[in-house]
Amino acid sequence: MPGPVMPDQAIGTSMRNKDRISAFLTLLPSIILIGIFVYGFIGNTFWISLSDWGGAAALAENPVKSYVGFANYLDLFTGFLGGGFRQDLVNAVFYSVMLLAGAIGIGLILAMLLDNKPRGESFFRTVFLYPMSLSFIVTGTIWRWMLAPQGGVNILPTYVGLPPLRFPWLSSTDAILLFNWQNLLPIALYLVSLVLIIWGLWRLKNNPAKALVLLIPGVVVGGSVWLWGDLLPQALFMEEIHGFNTATFGIIMATIWQYSGYTMALYLAGFTGISQDLRDAAMLDGASTAKYYRYIALPMVKPITISAIIILSHISLKMFDLIFAMTGPDNGQTGHPALNMYLTTFRANDFARGAAIAIILFIIAATFIIPYMISSYRQRRSR
Amino acid sequence: MKRLVLRACVAAFAAVLLAGAPAVQAKELSGELEIFSWWAGDEGPALQALIDIYNKKNPNVKVINATVTGGSGVNAKAVLKTRMLGGEPPDSFQVHAGQELIGTWVKADRMEDLTPFFKKQGLMTVFPQGLLKNIGTDKGIWSVPVNIHRSNVMWYIPANLEKWGVKVPATWDEFFEIAPKLKAQGIVPLALGENWTVNHLWESVTLSVLGAENWDNLWSGKLAFDSPVAMNAWVEFTKVLEFTNADASTLSWQQATDMVVDGRAAFNIMGDWAAGYLSTTKQLAPKTGFGWAPSPGTSGKFMFLADSFGLPKGAKNRETALAWLALLGSREGSDAFNPLKGSISARTDSDLKKYNAYGQSAAADFKKDRIVGSLAHGVTANEGFMNDFASIMEVFLKTHSPVATAKAAQQVATKNGIGK
Repeated sequence: MPGPVMPDQAIGTSMRNKDRISAFLTLLPSIILIGIFVYGFIGNTFWISLSDWGGAAALAENPVKSYVGFANYLDLFTGFLGGGFRQDLVNAVFYSVMLLAGAIGIGLILAMLLDNKPRGESFFRTVFLYPMSLSFIVTGTIWRWMLAPQGGVNILPTYVGLPPLRFPWLSSTDAILLFNWQNLLPIALYLVSLVLIIWGLWRLKNNPAKALVLLIPGVVVGGSVWLWGDLLPQALFMEEIHGFNTATFGIIMATIWQYSGYTMALYLAGFTGISQDLRDAAMLDGASTAKYYRYIALPMVKPITISAIIILSHISLKMFDLIFAMTGPDNGQTGHPALNMYLTTFRANDFARGAAIAIILFIIAATFIIPYMISSYRQRRSR
Repeated sequence: MKRLVLRACVAAFAAVLLAGAPAVQAKELSGELEIFSWWAGDEGPALQALIDIYNKKNPNVKVINATVTGGSGVNAKAVLKTRMLGGEPPDSFQVHAGQELIGTWVKADRMEDLTPFFKKQGLMTVFPQGLLKNIGTDKGIWSVPVNIHRSNVMWYIPANLEKWGVKVPATWDEFFEIAPKLKAQGIVPLALGENWTVNHLWESVTLSVLGAENWDNLWSGKLAFDSPVAMNAWVEFTKVLEFTNADASTLSWQQATDMVVDGRAAFNIMGDWAAGYLSTTKQLAPKTGFGWAPSPGTSGKFMFLADSFGLPKGAKNRETALAWLALLGSREGSDAFNPLKGSISARTDSDLKKYNAYGQSAAADFKKDRIVGSLAHGVTANEGFMNDFASIMEVFLKTHSPVATAKAAQQVATKNGIGK
């Protein structure tokens, strides 16, 4: 952006330099503070995760920390005693996926309903957004009561004369979608091939050349794993079954309840931003309301969907207080790596392993956020 | 800078002490005392009673009562760790006596040996030997126990048992005989609560299977967790769990005790803080309103846990802290604290008139029973093992295999250096 034209070019340059210097000086304190307290400490955590800080003398005045490489990470993923962490990680994946689907789906539906300006629109908007303002501890406590085995949700059917539900929302020990951790590698490859194939099929209509580039590797990967999958190394020396624990349902419900109002607000803002002319034009051309949303409104609010995914996924990866309030620590069925990290570090005094869990969570969160940041940075530059 | 000044002050103070030791003895203490604990809720008044006595004795000392709330000190312990790592130890802090203190703080060389203090205060003879063994190591004694709780107690409502026609079982075999009868009447034989109460039940069952000697051997590393004897405990535990309620993991310990009070369950095994809950909150009279017995197969054994205070190295106000510890160990102090807290005194010469019927019976047992330490409450194993014990229980509840569980337990014990 060119500044106002100065009569003398030299003065302009010096002014701009001065501007730059003062801007830099203004930013300097926060750069230093963030450098130390964010990046410095991430680096320190990473270093601790490569050490063996823990065990008997972990809290000595000058604890001995020796470098052990990636032993902590290896132990978490393939060690005998890492089973709890692996279960938590699987939980977190299912939790994130279900939360994204639930909160975005329900938020979108609510936003579409309110976008058509029903009577009392602002009242409903407040009602749906209200759960956002509660703290997770409050939400967790309320939902723990509501999901108690002999009360709350389970006795709702009795009001209409039906027998009460018997589902133990938070204490169920059942699991579905079971898989063996030993087969982690083949499963990951199958997932990759599935994504490639679906993506390719989706592209087939518009861009057949690109679709083939996706479809062929997808089929090759899937086929070769199916044929020679037995040759892949096993991730663990013994069978270890993980899956989606149905006890997590309760926690997912509570989180969706809290966050669908938020996604609704995001979408509603997006919909309101679409010019009314566009909608009128579409209607004039004979589009139904459903078609308007499908072909016009939704594509236009795609950036909002992406932000919602980013925000919700990193919230679900950092989830701690809600789970702590609902099922407490040491509840493997509903465990989460963030809880595990806290207990490993501050209860078991195993600082190195706790740091390793923290770094793993950090990397997972980064894989969601960094692509988003790169693309938004590019967009800003191209503008 | 602040610390430098403080250190200089401490050094100067120590020099004065050394120079005029006899004179200072008589002089009144002054300065500050910071005590760190998680006693804020129901236990708050008991702690305040102690602080009141301390203030009366040492009017010139300003007591700073630093409490961090949260059940069993989850949060307090985390805050304490960050303070200790940051080099700002409180003058004295609450900690479960035994390995929870030893494994974390003594092994890290952060505590002062209190043996000379124990000798000077005459505490070596008023505390039972079994207790001293559990709160000390071969290198010293590390904390002053303020209270004693018993873990292996079974609670029931006498009137209900009469109605259902069952007697209090003395062994698990007797329990297995009456449990089906109770189940047939639609009554849960044994009420159970959330996950830590499962660990609590496990230690009572295991003590009955192993006996006191082998229980001690388990924690000194002489008996392996995957030995056939220890494996039997898991077999027995499987049988016991069959007679518990299905919704256990959603109930707090109070709710599990409520099941017994409401007549939905026959028995509950819980520490003797349940006595306080039953008599104070539920307004039941000891002996007639509610009854208790050692958990099946553990009669004559007293599985204890204790809150205690220690003296961290580098405490800023060592002298006032020692006066605090002396008060905790004294008869006056412990008899002021324990009736309010609902626990008994660690001293064998406490004034029993100040305690209720349950406290008197527990104190009598404490004097004559064989004393063993509790796992679930930090006496027998370090914090690393206690944390990983959750995953052992996880393996057990998932596989229901005593063999796999016992193997996992042995791995966890090795990793955490049990018996070393």
